Amino acid sequence: MTTVQLSEISQTRAGDKGNKVNIGLFAPNEEIYKVLLEQVTPEKVREHFTGLVEGEVVRYELPNIHAMNFVCYDALDGGGSSSLRVDNLGKCFGGNLMRMEIEIEEDLVRL
Amino acid sequence: MKKVRIGAGQGFYGDTFEAAVATAEKGNVQYICSDALAELTMSILSKDKKRDENLGYTKDLTVQMKQLLPYMKEKGIKLLTNAGGINPIGAQQEVIRVAKEMGISNIKVAVVTGDNVLNRIDELQDSGYTLEDIETGVPLDKVKDKLQFANAYIGARPIVEALQKGADIVITGRTTDTAQFLAPLIYEFGWAEDEWDKLASGIFMGHLLECSAQSTGGNYSGKWWEVEGMDKMGYPIAEVDESGEFIVTKVEDQGGLVTVDTVKEQMLYEIHDPSAYITPDVILDLTNVTLENVGENQVKVSGTRGKARPETLKVVMGYENGYASQVVVGYSWPDALLKAKKLEKIIRNQIKDKQLNYDEVRADYIGYNSLHGPLAHGDGNDLNEVYLRMIVSSKSKGEAASFRRLFPPLGLNGPPTMGGFLGNMSPRALIGMWSTLIPRELVEDHIKIQVEEVDQYDNSTIK
Repeated sequence: MTTVQLSEISQTRAGDKGNKVNIGLFAPNEEIYKVLLEQVTPEKVREHFTGLVEGEVVRYELPNIHAMNFVCYDALDGGGSSSLRVDNLGKCFGGNLMRMEIEIEEDLVRL
Repeated sequence: MKKVRIGAGQGFYGDTFEAAVATAEKGNVQYICSDALAELTMSILSKDKKRDENLGYTKDLTVQMKQLLPYMKEKGIKLLTNAGGINPIGAQQEVIRVAKEMGISNIKVAVVTGDNVLNRIDELQDSGYTLEDIETGVPLDKVKDKLQFANAYIGARPIVEALQKGADIVITGRTTDTAQFLAPLIYEFGWAEDEWDKLASGIFMGHLLECSAQSTGGNYSGKWWEVEGMDKMGYPIAEVDESGEFIVTKVEDQGGLVTVDTVKEQMLYEIHDPSAYITPDVILDLTNVTLENVGENQVKVSGTRGKARPETLKVVMGYENGYASQVVVGYSWPDALLKAKKLEKIIRNQIKDKQLNYDEVRADYIGYNSLHGPLAHGDGNDLNEVYLRMIVSSKSKGEAASFRRLFPPLGLNGPPTMGGFLGNMSPRALIGMWSTLIPRELVEDHIKIQVEEVDQYDNSTIK
């Protein structure tokens, strides 16, 4: 087993709606998708975003494209046009998620 | 088999039209569809309209028409856009003005109205709707007297009707981002109101196209450095067949990259439950969608499923929520972050001493944590430079403005090496967003489609 950051094995994109941010997390194949399903839980994402996300985190699964969608509630300090944050639209939430570290078998990480 | 080719024109108010022109020239499309409205855009437009009754639509519509009208005329490409914002009639008149100025005649410009419910709030409340916010459940009365705009998200049907009336250009207000893209398919293929899978596929196509290059390699988190031609990105083009399946591609000699990896990132953008993405036309289920590379810069999309459309429409309103004032100042090594932190402390003390009444005072350190917040790594103690960005909010514009005046003296009175005094902006208005649901017929009964023809004698007459 080896420790990697999600940035090494996945893609992300985040978008806003009101005071919520969604983050799509995309695995390159089914094997890595299964590892992500096990380790990138909504609880862990919620904890990872402590201080940025005040509400709950809900995870939706899309095995058809080896992706999951995290919806973060109360995540923008009031929402795009009210928020005082620099990243008032949550565009960098994807990058922030990609810093999370997970454990994975070495032969699954082929870059 | 009949196929319809649709090009993406604009992903937001302020987007470039160079890609749309390339698509018109070389994309072999019958329609160019644009989404000009984000939540924030509606509040910008409402401020414009307050200043000038003739405004309230996205002003770059003028540029768009100047650049695309010749192709519309020459190639018969129809242009659909929600650039009307909160003044669709004004936008229609502007299109007609530009057409006349360019000597373009024999075209029909349609406008869809009825989404704007700002003047109907009392009527709706009198009918028993409390218009409570979806997220908080609080009734509208809390912010009612501060409302700036209130628009229902409407679907593709009125646009279809405009096309059936022979429109070459259709201007709408708050149709959904994707309605402009679905409408030509319903019109061309004659899809029925309950062909949910096909309608869902059309909406999904619109979803992939409505954010310009976000599905052709822009804002791509994968190997973005391998995307060529970011200086002149191609915007997505969809080739759709009668079954609703489609291929996403782009003009070959424009920049960008269309692969499963670039397209899938857009697939979930601003979507919540992927098995129930709600639009006025249909509820989408994306959990069976298949994406497939079928050629260079060609991705085939199939498997979109749909469920019956909702009985309610979403209304989004914006209300005045005070003002923000921001200042950005830089410090150099050594101890750049420490100096910036010291300045923050001084400013906070001065706010207290001068009894300035701010709802929120926020500090970020640009170059250290401004985009990552509490998730930033490292202690930042040896950074070359750091910019302190401070911002306050206040109910009073004057009080917000006072904030800026605290900073200049501290170049001489505060920590050493303040350089780069940037971003001393005038206070900007903060807009709160309010979303609610109302029965769709309350809006749909008020929708009107008007078509105006620019005739060859340069006069326009209402048909």
